Amino acid sequence: MIVQLDNVDLTYQAPDGEVDALRGINFEISDGEFVSIVGPSGCGKSSLLSVIAGIEPASAGSVYVDGDAVTAPSPKIGYMPQKDQLFPWRTIWANVTLGLELQHQNTAERQEHVRELLARYGLSEFVQKIPSQLSGGMRQRCALIRTLATDPKILLLDEPFSALDYQTRLSVSADIYAIIRQEHKTALLVTHDISESISLSDRIIVLCKRPGAVKAIHNLKDLTEISPMQRRDHPAFRTYFNTIWKELGVNA
Amino acid sequence: MPEPAISLQRKAYLRRRKQTKSIITVLRIGILVVLFAGWEIAARLGIIDAFIVSSPSRMWNTFINLYQSGDLWLHVSTSVMETVIGFLLGTLTGTAIAILLWLSDFLSRVLDPYLVVLNALPKTALGPIFIVWIGAGPSSIIAMTLAISLIVTILDMHNGFLDTDPEKIRLMRTLGATRKQILIKLVLPANFTTMINALKVNVGLSWVGVIMGEFLVSKAGLGYLIVYGSQVFKMDLVMTTVMILAIAAALMYQCILWLEKVMKKHMGVTV
Repeated sequence: MIVQLDNVDLTYQAPDGEVDALRGINFEISDGEFVSIVGPSGCGKSSLLSVIAGIEPASAGSVYVDGDAVTAPSPKIGYMPQKDQLFPWRTIWANVTLGLELQHQNTAERQEHVRELLARYGLSEFVQKIPSQLSGGMRQRCALIRTLATDPKILLLDEPFSALDYQTRLSVSADIYAIIRQEHKTALLVTHDISESISLSDRIIVLCKRPGAVKAIHNLKDLTEISPMQRRDHPAFRTYFNTIWKELGVNA
Repeated sequence: MPEPAISLQRKAYLRRRKQTKSIITVLRIGILVVLFAGWEIAARLGIIDAFIVSSPSRMWNTFINLYQSGDLWLHVSTSVMETVIGFLLGTLTGTAIAILLWLSDFLSRVLDPYLVVLNALPKTALGPIFIVWIGAGPSSIIAMTLAISLIVTILDMHNGFLDTDPEKIRLMRTLGATRKQILIKLVLPANFTTMINALKVNVGLSWVGVIMGEFLVSKAGLGYLIVYGSQVFKMDLVMTTVMILAIAAALMYQCILWLEKVMKKHMGVTV
């Protein structure tokens, strides 16, 4: 097990009362799995990622990543934010090595690893460019490489494609999916896009609205062997979509 | 290599653009020339009293006299010196205090009413206090300048810091960044533009502080020349000094624009 959540509760204290963001969250993610969390807006999806990333302590219960209880941010966890969040005043190289720099891990060996990643994913010639000179898709790849640079055990993807237009979104998500698979990384994707979750994941965890709790878990075993694009044409796609749609009760 | 063909519309567009640009330049210079020529002619014809409103030729003579006596350099350098020290000190101290407020939200909440009151207070009211406390001299004038620019700088910089994209801060935190790293590697570079804007505002405010200060107490400086000139009713001297002041302030503003360009180039990007 790479990630294990054990009865996690999260309660925010606000001046006008307590807000129950998450209640009794239990699930596990095994090595190499790609898991999605879908839920209506305000179901605490992002809060859940904050708890796993160690930047927000759980009010009750515990989170384990690679066997260790999470109490603070750790290099074992790689977070990929909404939008690429590349810093416009840094070159691509300085951006992708940001994590190494912050963790004082900017060694020749680590840099070599980053250089390999950049070469493998066609970004070598852009290292001295600044983010605004790159296309949206390339910037997204850079953001992923920045996350991979610190060699995390689990990638937390916080709606990383939500800022892209539909066309770009399809190709970028397939691209990012391919890289994550090729690097044999474990990933947890948070999204409100049901199609996206079905096309990318091995398993889908459905959260219900406030307080966020696990409503259902779907194992997409008949889809896992085919690519994100092919999945959208598979007969099972529609079945999963309708089931999850009903569970989310979007029209309610 | 043959020139790529340019369409007729493109040619017409480029010509129109060039025309508009030259018309603007001609008008800009024209306004100045007409204003000064009209002023000079009206003074010579006796339509206006040159003793009261001076005239370009009288101002030029005054300027030459100031230059030849060596007084010009003394007064200009005194005021420029005070202004530069004032706005550098104002910007740096203001930024430092804004950093402290950003580091401690608690402190910023405690100090908030004080900043609001100090911001609303007309700082010139403090002038006589500085003179009594610090003494008559450049130090009082710099204190005056500082009083005028400091609070605005603190408020603007602090607001800029607070506006830093929370998603970027979240990213930094997940990468294990300390608060100091977030400050140095994210908040400060992200607020480069805020800082340049603070410098621009402070140049103007520092001139206000210096001239006000020199009105109250001074033995040299452009503000001193203006007060002295009006007291002995040498309006030529007053008007000439105001002209010099306008030019000095404009040049200093240009320096900031140049500094902005150099720093942006040094950082390698336009933020």
